[in-house]
Amino acid sequence: MMKILNKLREEGRAEDMQALVEHIPYAQFMGIKVDRKGNEITMVLPFDEKLIGNPNLPAIHGGAIGSFLEITSLIQLLYSTQCERIPKTVDIGIDYLRSGKPVETYGRAVVTRQGRRVANVRAEIWQEAINKPVAASHGHFLLTPV
Amino acid sequence: MPAYGAAIGMEVHGVVERQITIKVPYALHLVGDPDTGVLHGGVITAALDNASGWAVRVVKELEDEDPMASGMATLDIRIDYMKPATPNLDLFVMAECYKRTSTIAFVRAVAYHTDADDPVATSVATFMMGTPNQPRV
Repeated sequence: MMKILNKLREEGRAEDMQALVEHIPYAQFMGIKVDRKGNEITMVLPFDEKLIGNPNLPAIHGGAIGSFLEITSLIQLLYSTQCERIPKTVDIGIDYLRSGKPVETYGRAVVTRQGRRVANVRAEIWQEAINKPVAASHGHFLLTPV
Repeated sequence: MPAYGAAIGMEVHGVVERQITIKVPYALHLVGDPDTGVLHGGVITAALDNASGWAVRVVKELEDEDPMASGMATLDIRIDYMKPATPNLDLFVMAECYKRTSTIAFVRAVAYHTDADDPVATSVATFMMGTPNQPRV
């Protein structure tokens, strides 16, 4: 990740989060995309059958939702702090608010505080309506190596 | 195994009383950082979440209930990451439902490679019991 981060910076494309996401194998596996409008980043998770956790409802797997929240938080952190290194997740707490329907999901995150060593990031994901979140998370990320 | 669990490659490794262990074989599409080959944190999140849900079903079976008769929903999960996963090593998650009431189940889980006392991550989750398992019409 450091290699691609440095390469994008050299090319003056430090804000190209889509290019960054394309270099994360797990994000590619999930099919995650980045929609950037000015300085606002919305992460997009198109629906795919493999994301299903409960086939009866059907509902998206809690693990897929957790992963999406974590990636949303990390990308927002990389974008808004332009940090030198890839932040490391220290902890993340996830609240599941509604069942994730088999449709496209969107995510946005806010860096609520950026200290020298640790950043606090909140993220929310939604589907049909932004005021009806499917899940929300609050995480701490380590910015400097231990 | 749900579709997402299968897509990640999760499999049940063993069940001992209330403890269930699942295995996530190392795979390139689960990598978070191609420079190092370290698994993405999201994979660990998914494995902990999945194993925790299964742990509730294990307890239901031990108490002679049909584990699939009613649904359950994750209320929340809090995950602490202790150290990066080691590239090329399979990941194991051991989960145990240590308390269950009629409405809520409490589950702790630990993700590790070879020794559960040297964890990659730990989690605590709560589940709401008896949620609908059929779509609302």
